[in-house]
Amino acid sequence: MTTLIIAEHDNAVLKAATLNTIAAAIRIGGDIHVLVAGGNCAAVAQDAAAVAGVAKVLHADAAHYEAHLAENLAALVQSCVRADAGYTHVLAPATAFGKNVLPRVAALLDASQVSDVIAIESPDTFQRPFYAGNALARVQSKDAIKVLSIRTTAFDPAGAGGAAAVETLTAAGDLGLTTLVGREVVKLERPELTAASVIVSGGRGLGAADKFHAVLEPLADKLGAAIGASRAAVDAGYAPNDYQVGQTGKIVAPQLYVAVGISGAIQHLAGMKDSKVIVAINKDAEAPIFQVADYGLVADLFTAVPELIAAL
Amino acid sequence: MKILVAVKRVLDYNVKARIKSDGSGVDLANQKLSMNPFDEIACEEAVRLREAGVASEVIVVSCGPAACQETLRSAMAIGADRAVLVETDAGLEPLAVAKLMQHVATKEGVQFAIFGKQAIDDDAGQAGQMFGALMGWAQASFASRVQISGETATVTREIDGGLETLAMKLPAVITTDLRLNEPRFITLPNIMKAKKKPMEVIRAADLGIDIAPRTVTLHVGEPASRKAGIKVADTAELVKRLKEEAKVI
Repeated sequence: MTTLIIAEHDNAVLKAATLNTIAAAIRIGGDIHVLVAGGNCAAVAQDAAAVAGVAKVLHADAAHYEAHLAENLAALVQSCVRADAGYTHVLAPATAFGKNVLPRVAALLDASQVSDVIAIESPDTFQRPFYAGNALARVQSKDAIKVLSIRTTAFDPAGAGGAAAVETLTAAGDLGLTTLVGREVVKLERPELTAASVIVSGGRGLGAADKFHAVLEPLADKLGAAIGASRAAVDAGYAPNDYQVGQTGKIVAPQLYVAVGISGAIQHLAGMKDSKVIVAINKDAEAPIFQVADYGLVADLFTAVPELIAAL
Repeated sequence: MKILVAVKRVLDYNVKARIKSDGSGVDLANQKLSMNPFDEIACEEAVRLREAGVASEVIVVSCGPAACQETLRSAMAIGADRAVLVETDAGLEPLAVAKLMQHVATKEGVQFAIFGKQAIDDDAGQAGQMFGALMGWAQASFASRVQISGETATVTREIDGGLETLAMKLPAVITTDLRLNEPRFITLPNIMKAKKKPMEVIRAADLGIDIAPRTVTLHVGEPASRKAGIKVADTAELVKRLKEEAKVI
């Protein structure tokens, strides 16, 4: 039994989500191989080799892997699986990266995919939430090669202490289907949403984009927090889409989640209800967010948030 | 250029899923079912491409029971030209849907396909990318902007921390993210018009495609629920409790 993990990285460092995925693979048992495909990413392959539990790192370096485009990457994974009959599982984190490439891999392997796995019961039986987290399924995969995307918040990251061998792969050809024109990645002063220990999140109650930032940013600064948003706030244009926490956005589980002016639609709760401590500030005492909040403050957010900042 | 739009009939966005008491699944009997919201965005985008003269025809396709015809009619009320239902009462996994869509896309000779990024019932987020793999097409998931010119689609997609823009050789598939567009309001005259548009029904069983499920659902249950905590009187009490009780700040 061997698991192949598709590493998420930026050609310089291994992303934390890969460590959560390795932790899930450890629960499956058997050997763990990590595929690091990219452009000039030898340092990442070394990072992966140093993670506890990893037996082998497959390093594929080529210009056409640099942007991690799904078509070339999925074809490479398929060729790795074909080259080694030992593979029984293929895993990737259920992040924007993994969600993009892994289903393409699964189809090339003629395998079904189990998305958003939150628990490994045995090598073929897994738990996953669906219906916006309102239902939890135990599913058994009958595929010869099981393809799983891993919900990162459900597995504590694998630690250091590995000394795996790094094997260099010959790159497969460039399919030439897609080229990267450009990326606009906002350089955040704040922690990344999915990695933050504190998140301050805003909803429709903020009323306008300028207020969203004016109210939440000082609070986030004070707490060293990432900023999130409900879908309603994203839809209303108060915040960019990658701030979105919920069923169709990011799934987070920080130590502290502060929901400001968020009513608490089930789709939002799906993305944050595994947070350790939830604080809700909302002027509507009946808002469903209070049903999941550890500490609820019924108050006008425009006075409560500045007060809170002063009191911290 | 023909565009294929994949649509799925799902439990309505505003209805909370009720789990069957025997743990076999979610109870859909007598519940409101509607088009998956991301598929509405897909229809809207395809219709806009036709209105802009980029596409010649928009074909909406659904896989599932006869009742999906209603969902396909809604898609035609948004403006799709015709519909294909691949009918089956069997439960379909995304891989099976991708294979059925591959059959229709190949038969119809489409050059561009639009899927929702995820269905809000199974939350799998797979069908579009799987379809791309089976067709050997370029893919761009989580699209927030699409421009087609000649043989190239330029697509901006949502990634962690920002956006990226891809140039894709046609044929290609995209999956829709929230901000691609805002679907139009469906008007009564368009609902009436949609009733007269062609609807073809194909039986999935007649196609000789392996759509058997690869996973067995052993049990469906309620997730551990979170208990409501307490209401605090003011921000001073909140800060005190966060520091002394919860110890998170």
